[in-house]
Amino acid sequence: MTNSIADLEQSDCFLITGTNTTENHPVISTFIKRAVTQRGAKLILADPRNIELAKFATVWLRHKPGTDVAWINGLMNVIVSEGLLNEKFIAERTENVEALKETVKKYTPEYVEKITGIPAEDLKKAARLYATSPASAIVYAMGITQHINGTDNVKSLANLSMITGQIGRPGTGVNPLRGQNNVQGACDMGCLPGTLPAYKKVVEAAERKPFEDAWGTALPDKPGLTIPKILDAAEHGTVKALMIMGENPMMSDPDLDHVEKALKKLDVLVVQDIFPNETTAFAHVVLPSTGWAEKDGTFSNTERRVQRVRKAVQKPGEALDDWQILSLIAGKLGANWNYTSPKDIMDEINKVTPSYAGITYDRIEKAGIQWPCPNTEHPGTPILHSAAFTRGKGLFSVCEHIPPAEETDKKFPFVLTTGRILYQYHTATMSRRSKGLVSRTPDAFIEVNPADAEKLGITQGDMVDVSSRRGSIRVSAEVSNKCDKGVVFIPFHYTEAAVNKLTNKAIDPVANIPEYKVCAVNVRKAK
Amino acid sequence: MVLTIDGIKCEFTQGQTVYEVAKENGVYIPVLCHHEQIKPVGACRVCVVEVEKARSLIASCAMPAEDGMIVYTNTERVLKARKLAVELLLTQGHHNCITCESSGNCVLQDLVYSLGIDTPRFNEPEKLKELEQANEMIVRDMNKCVLCGLCVRACNEVQVNQVLDYAGRGPTASVGPAFGLTYENSDCVFCGECVRICPVGALIEKQGRFKGRGKDLELVRTTCGYCGVGCQMDVNVKDGKIVKVTTPREDAPAPNNGSLCIKGRFGYDFVSNPERLTKPMIRVGGELKEATWDEAISYVAEKLGSIKKQSGPDAIAGFSSARCTNEENYLFQKFLRAVVGTNNVDHCARL
Ligand code: SF4
Ligand code: SF4
Ligand code: SF4
Repeated sequence: MTNSIADLEQSDCFLITGTNTTENHPVISTFIKRAVTQRGAKLILADPRNIELAKFATVWLRHKPGTDVAWINGLMNVIVSEGLLNEKFIAERTENVEALKETVKKYTPEYVEKITGIPAEDLKKAARLYATSPASAIVYAMGITQHINGTDNVKSLANLSMITGQIGRPGTGVNPLRGQNNVQGACDMGCLPGTLPAYKKVVEAAERKPFEDAWGTALPDKPGLTIPKILDAAEHGTVKALMIMGENPMMSDPDLDHVEKALKKLDVLVVQDIFPNETTAFAHVVLPSTGWAEKDGTFSNTERRVQRVRKAVQKPGEALDDWQILSLIAGKLGANWNYTSPKDIMDEINKVTPSYAGITYDRIEKAGIQWPCPNTEHPGTPILHSAAFTRGKGLFSVCEHIPPAEETDKKFPFVLTTGRILYQYHTATMSRRSKGLVSRTPDAFIEVNPADAEKLGITQGDMVDVSSRRGSIRVSAEVSNKCDKGVVFIPFHYTEAAVNKLTNKAIDPVANIPEYKVCAVNVRKAK
Repeated sequence: MVLTIDGIKCEFTQGQTVYEVAKENGVYIPVLCHHEQIKPVGACRVCVVEVEKARSLIASCAMPAEDGMIVYTNTERVLKARKLAVELLLTQGHHNCITCESSGNCVLQDLVYSLGIDTPRFNEPEKLKELEQANEMIVRDMNKCVLCGLCVRACNEVQVNQVLDYAGRGPTASVGPAFGLTYENSDCVFCGECVRICPVGALIEKQGRFKGRGKDLELVRTTCGYCGVGCQMDVNVKDGKIVKVTTPREDAPAPNNGSLCIKGRFGYDFVSNPERLTKPMIRVGGELKEATWDEAISYVAEKLGSIKKQSGPDAIAGFSSARCTNEENYLFQKFLRAVVGTNNVDHCARL
């Protein structure tokens, strides 16, 4: 997030899109709901599903899945044509606005209505609310990024914030909500194929150098492969060994048949985890590690706040902390690592990661600190980009609407969109072993609109077969108005109805994010 | 602006209540139906104070501080009124501290004790209400409810889940989901805010019942392991086992200010699930067989070493995890880059 969670309580207007916040970031949703109900903040919701936040929305833009660039360009079209731009901000802080104006010209509310299904009047209303409120914040999540043009979606939101100057001040900003507890930290720590800790580029010799010095070895300068590409490479036999620390690709990745083929081709698959899961079933070596309550360390939350995780109970059996396991393997391969605790590792992180330099265990004993925090006197940074963008001037990059990779047709007439629910978490290895959570949502389901259900002869609780070009699963029907006609939703937590058997592995060319939010399926009552 | 509380001159800013100013200046006024994150209603009369020139006693939690005001928090009149209020609350319900989970951690118990109420002058009701314990998360014991209304206001004002409401009047007054529904059958999402805020033992974490309370519990402050909000929470431990997860009732830290969702508050029991992996395993003849750490580590190192030698470092790849700590993720990429020699490292950020 560019801004802080607490900062949301200062917003006068929210544009919330691609996040079912009350279910997936429940506590953040309380900040938003309080602002709306107690301070009269406006809420623009753009979401294909009738999620809980729709109840709180001033305007709800219900677009067809996969049409985000179109409605965002549409908002900017209205803003330009009604003169609601922030000329001062544009002149001082940005470049390339002319190209943007040119691009959004054709995205008139009427044109956008045809693509997205959003009534032209609602779009206009939303544009005015967002542009003219004193402080408007954009909040988004995977509903924006999990598309073949996810990068364009994000850029379009950035354009919208810059053209109206709704960034860099309290209550504004472009705020992605990071899904899992430590996605932010895993990225910060360089678990990405192109970047070292603190996003230093592996291809830049000067950025590699401090790490080469600190680690006492030359480092590879060619960017590595992303997860989808690694799986492709495994299937083709060019990647032969895969180490997995706490991931479950046999549930979480698109097109599971393909994942299975890839994993089976490996010479060696090593999995460190806390439970047997769909992926350990293919492992050659399984190493028991410790879970959240059994280890010390830090997580970085979605607002870049680095906070302590503390050991509360003993680890089971012979399990070891993941850092200990890695140290053992590294040692066997000749490395000379001498970490005795997670704190030792953090001391090294402080030295080599400029944005974490001042975030020591001592300083975060009581309360976390938000990076960048360049030294131990620095209080941390609640708002990013308040004086300038990372690259200096904010660049408007031009994006055009493109259709999703797979469109509906006669054989597969429904759009399937996937996601999470309040009571489960990701591949559910933890949440489906929690009594309370299981009691709320024991089984997989598909949300079907009542009109579609009637046409298909499906009633509440019926078992239905859902199939795509890649596979088929059986789930029970949840007939409700949550999905619009022609759209169905299935959460991805359930192994017995693993929706990623159906999803499409088409990816965004830049971010390599798969298009989980749109694929074409057929739905039939099970025989 | 300045007011005087028990002879102490206290500066304050416009909009502060007498209670807030007193607290800031170290003067203790007990409260029951008041909470710092919730709009005051001044209903329970426990926080009454005497204000010079005012005829009746005043609920300090709802009284805006005024310049020149002279306040007494401890006069005989105040203590008498406070005692009466607490005695009435005590006898409205059935308070069996012996088995109550909140014993040692209860606002009512503390009040009764500090006011020296030996035996209440009124009788407790004889008929006990049945516990509601149909769901796996929360037990409701309405015998202990003092009708402070904090749960209703927390559900509506803090979490904005709009589930709880008041019903009835006088002796039939109650709190709960609308239409007398149970938690289970209402729209309750089991965030547990009402449990956190309840000053007595009327709303209780079900799985922690009879597993430890009060001083028996060691509280370990940590960060939630589920979503990216990073809520701060206290894991309550007794005899090496997790009893429950709580958040501080007051002065709770950012980012969540004491709020959690069902996953954070009630989703911890996977930790002690018997299916946990406890021994290294190596696949032999198609089956995973238990091995020693030495065997497993040697096997991995040997395989990685020989693949690197034959096919180069880029034939090796690693997926790290957004569920692991920064320290573990840092080490994972360092391992692949500095020890193996490849940039083939990624994690589930996209999934
Ligand atoms: S658990 Fe949460 S939603 Fe349910 S009644 Fe309590 S405060 Fe309301
Ligand atoms: S249940 Fe607890 S919080 Fe709710 S009114 Fe009763 S005593 Fe107050
Ligand atoms: S308690 Fe809920 S909202 Fe808070 S971090 Fe955990 S999962 Fe997220």
